[in-house]
Amino acid sequence: MWKTVAQHLLSRAPAARQADPALVKTLRERVGASALGRSLAIRVVSAGSCNGCELELRATQNLVYDLTQYGLSFTPSPRHADILLVTGVAAHNMREALAQARAAMPEPALVVAVGDCAVDGGVFKGSPAIAGGAGGVVAVDLVIAGCPPSPAQIVQGLLALVEAQAPLPALPKRREPRRAPRLPPE
Amino acid sequence: MILLSHEDWVARRGRFIALWTDARHAYALYQPGELVAVELVDGAYPALSHAGAAWFQRLAHDLNGHTALGATDTRPAIDHGRAADGTGPWPEFKSPEVEGVHQVAVGPIHAGIIEPGHFRFSVRGETVLKLEARLGYTHKGTLGLIRGKSPRLAARFAARVSGDATVAHASAFAHAAEAALRLEVPARAVYLRAVMAELERLANHTSDIGAIAGDAGFAFLDARFALARERLCAAAQAAFGHRLMMDAVIPGGVAGDISTGGAAAVLDALTALEAELPSLKRIFEDYASLQDRVVGTGIVPPALAAAYAAGGYAGRASGQTHDARLLPGYAPYDNFALFVPVEQEGDVAARIRIRLAEIPESIRLIRDMLHSLPETPIAIAPQAGSGAAVGAAESFRGPVWYWLRIESGVIADVFIADPSTLHWPLVEHAAATAILADFPLINKSINASYSGVDL
Ligand code: SF4
Repeated sequence: MWKTVAQHLLSRAPAARQADPALVKTLRERVGASALGRSLAIRVVSAGSCNGCELELRATQNLVYDLTQYGLSFTPSPRHADILLVTGVAAHNMREALAQARAAMPEPALVVAVGDCAVDGGVFKGSPAIAGGAGGVVAVDLVIAGCPPSPAQIVQGLLALVEAQAPLPALPKRREPRRAPRLPPE
Repeated sequence: MILLSHEDWVARRGRFIALWTDARHAYALYQPGELVAVELVDGAYPALSHAGAAWFQRLAHDLNGHTALGATDTRPAIDHGRAADGTGPWPEFKSPEVEGVHQVAVGPIHAGIIEPGHFRFSVRGETVLKLEARLGYTHKGTLGLIRGKSPRLAARFAARVSGDATVAHASAFAHAAEAALRLEVPARAVYLRAVMAELERLANHTSDIGAIAGDAGFAFLDARFALARERLCAAAQAAFGHRLMMDAVIPGGVAGDISTGGAAAVLDALTALEAELPSLKRIFEDYASLQDRVVGTGIVPPALAAAYAAGGYAGRASGQTHDARLLPGYAPYDNFALFVPVEQEGDVAARIRIRLAEIPESIRLIRDMLHSLPETPIAIAPQAGSGAAVGAAESFRGPVWYWLRIESGVIADVFIADPSTLHWPLVEHAAATAILADFPLINKSINASYSGVDL
């Protein structure tokens, strides 16, 4: 087993992504600079999704997208969170919990709606059982549309948000991950 | 459909799948797809005593206001009594009356990136004495949105009942619509649906096995299985234009043909998975601290699984042999001699072993199907007929059933039974055999859908 582990540990790190400058500019006008910095903790609240968006959110942590390399991590507690990330239609039965999660976060905090359902209810728009997306319960700073948005789109959106709210000027560009030596072929 | 007297309705035995009501009748579905009904009297019908019937009866009450006479469990299912501002009361959760018991409340918001639900554990020390799951948090009014739409329009909702099983739900919905309208689906569409269904099974099996290992603190397997899922999703995107293959299955066929190069992308992902699987499997089997967490944990005894007619790996790890793909007439599986693994232990480890054994089988099926794709059109347009029917499809977690009544090309009524409805009680039972710290493993090893039961 240890040989397998070693081989995998030494395989190459994924390529880093950069935030889209145009999106950063628009977002900066919207959210303004905050004192949060660049290492942000995210609390995900699933507020009535079909679970498709959760699958793709989990995928942002896999070896291909590796969200953690940008300083973004998921936290189980809203008390530790800088970003509230909402998926789902904001079902009536979830409204109270969603509002409580937002209220439990320290300020300043950012709110991101991920997926068409969270943007405006998506295909469920008009159903009497929903609040019509995250915006029906909490003030939203950024929407990442898609049904579900791909992990790449989610990473792009979050990177832009980090850049947009980070205090100016931008920090020096992050170094490329060190390339590990390759094992000789067996 | 067979209309029964009240006595025959109550006395009916068999493997119960689902119960629902419409304006005039209560319906009950038994394996292998037998539909019986009883007339409502003053909005009420006699309660069924099958173990799995309770949730459906609670749901029928909350959705349609119909009462199951003599039902012992009358807790609300999806009606949380919320006021316009979203606030509402908490129900009372009863603990067993023993000394030293206290309650632990978890959710509706969970620690991980998963759907919402509330779990109330009654524990003494570390030992869980009872778990009560309060669901309904993801109720979106899906059934109401489907009514009044054409089958093609309504397929978008079926595809979003449970996103991880979108192909299976869309297929079961399509099977019901096609049976109701007596449509003959072109052979190529039948094959492509099955290819997508098996890809979906592989994507879920890999990511769930990894996630269970991750919950046991074994990050390496989590990372490797997550990468396998990623490759499969990328292949699905290349072949069918969507990573989860949402909206790819429609009544009458499939929405698009497999892309040029799509088959090659899928086959490449399968080769990568097949090459790595033996070493990952060995790690799962050899690593003592991982086996220590999963062997003997969260046991679902075969008798309990039989009582709930459990399907999928949750049933097959506990001696149940049922698989909807073995149903007569479930094309194209009758051409491919399906192998269905079955175990008896019923613990977390057995559920993982079933899924590990299903992976090579799905790989084989996809290869064989892609190599024998029939050259026919990929869809026919549903005509505006009338009829009622049930349809089934085997999702990765078990059989999904749809019931549709179509009038002049418009869906007049619908019911959706995800296997999770029968699996949630198993989660409750299995949790009460273990310590609190094992619950994440048990829950993930059964992996019942929240959205699929809340509708
Ligand atoms: S946006 Fe689409 S994938 Fe996401 S929860 Fe809604 S229906 Fe599911």
